[in-house]
Amino acid sequence: MSTSVLTPASSGLRVPEQPARRRRPKVRFGDRLLHVYTWLLIGWLALPIAAVALFSFNNPKGRLNILWVGFTLKWWGPKLFEYPDLTRAMWNSITIGVIATVASTVLGTLIGLALGKHKFRGQNVTNLLQFAAISAPEIVLGSSLLTFFLTLGVQPGYPTIVIAHIAFCLSFVAVTVRARALTLDPFIEEAARDLGAGPWATFRLVTLPLIWPGVMSGALLAFALSIDDFITTNFVAGSVQTYPLYIWGASREGLPPQVNVMGTIIFMFGAGLAIFNSVRARRARA
Amino acid sequence: MSKLRSRLVPYLLILPGGFWLAVFFAAPLIFLISMSIQTGNVTSGFTVTWHFAEYWLGLKGYSQQFLHSLYYGGAATALCILLSYPTAYWIAFKGGTRKTTYLFLILLPFFVSFVLRTISWQYILADNGLVLGPLKSAGLLPENFRILATTGAVIGGLTYNYLPFMVLPIYVALERIDFRVVEAAHDLYANKFEAFRRVVLPLSLPGVFAGVLLNFVPAASDYVNAQVLGGPNNTMIGNIIQDQYLYNTDYPMGAALSFTLMAFLLIGIFAYARALGTENVLEAAAA
Repeated sequence: MSTSVLTPASSGLRVPEQPARRRRPKVRFGDRLLHVYTWLLIGWLALPIAAVALFSFNNPKGRLNILWVGFTLKWWGPKLFEYPDLTRAMWNSITIGVIATVASTVLGTLIGLALGKHKFRGQNVTNLLQFAAISAPEIVLGSSLLTFFLTLGVQPGYPTIVIAHIAFCLSFVAVTVRARALTLDPFIEEAARDLGAGPWATFRLVTLPLIWPGVMSGALLAFALSIDDFITTNFVAGSVQTYPLYIWGASREGLPPQVNVMGTIIFMFGAGLAIFNSVRARRARA
Repeated sequence: MSKLRSRLVPYLLILPGGFWLAVFFAAPLIFLISMSIQTGNVTSGFTVTWHFAEYWLGLKGYSQQFLHSLYYGGAATALCILLSYPTAYWIAFKGGTRKTTYLFLILLPFFVSFVLRTISWQYILADNGLVLGPLKSAGLLPENFRILATTGAVIGGLTYNYLPFMVLPIYVALERIDFRVVEAAHDLYANKFEAFRRVVLPLSLPGVFAGVLLNFVPAASDYVNAQVLGGPNNTMIGNIIQDQYLYNTDYPMGAALSFTLMAFLLIGIFAYARALGTENVLEAAAA
């Protein structure tokens, strides 16, 4: 290595080519090593997901689904809804996710627009509040919300879960929309106003379409956060169960394969949506 | 008139969401502090008695769990940096047209529930499970060998669960680097290592700092990994807070511990931001 660095400086014009050629295979080796390493890391990350999917086809005797017994497709059929608690928990997760996504997307988009498009007093405080809400540890979020509800005599349950989910999702939406709104060209809105559009028409026909990708990715993020949330939900759920809460409670007696089927479906749905979104974004750019 | 209205617009936009955050994020924190200095029990109710002893009792009684949180969270964060950097580097500089695909693959775990992922590891690593079972029956491992219920399992689980939060910010920081500055370093006779150490690494540090924040805070306050993958000797402060609230209904103790944890983390974050410059950390975290 040291010789190849020294030669080009001390000799003529033709020589620099040589060390470069000699060095190239070495660079490639390092790159290839990193390439392999990246795939190993991805494999490690994917391993438990693959296990979840694989064991949705397992045929265990009881609820304990740890060792491979035999292949079956039966959990992917009507037997999927064999445990009413699990079905109800899944349904709760979906409905809570939808309500929290819609509400937090509306509230978060408004904040994101204010932060990205306007300059105003208190902007830094608002920014800081978003940052605090995003980085606050979930255990503090959950325990303080439960304290709040208990002190006010509110029975924890479905509505308190929805309230909590909106609270922790909306800052993520706000930050996502803010990033998009920062790229807005103010002249475009001005042009719309010059052409006679009122504030509402300008928003609906110009601003909203421009920030729409940010709103959509904020909404996707909110839904993903809501449907996966465990720690905060566990505090404010009372006796209501969501899908992660059901898994937590049932894990001691063993998770039935139906849990794996539902997990796999959510996975495929989420991954499919993300792929669809990025393909569409790429097409829109092209 | 219209000028006044346009000045009001941002406040009107912030109002609904800001109200929600004030009521359901900021106010509960006040209630948490208030609860921590109350005495009483579930049946007869709690009243504020300015009883600060819970803090002292909590710190003394659960110092072990606080230390575990610090140790496991710190170790997982350090491991995340070591594991993430090479991959983020490779994707950012050599990923070519497939960058998005690789990032997507790194993010795949997020499409499976956090709890389910962790329990999946528990099943995979079980004492007589998929991995250890065959190795033990083949006589390659002693019968009493275990991975679960060890400190390593908890740190490994935390590392696994928060790794993507480290890869992403490091990748973003590396991706922003103008490659011409690296070429300039080479032109100034820096070899590959020197160019990395004196140009690429410093420019990517904001990403590492943001990643540390995104990793350490949730990892130190996590209790799912400790409960699923750890043993009775691996409890973290999160486990205690959860138990005080949901099983012992000792809300003042739970609140005192929760507030102590938050105070420690806040002081840590501020000291950290101070050392690096607030702007840097906030900016990196926002990116």
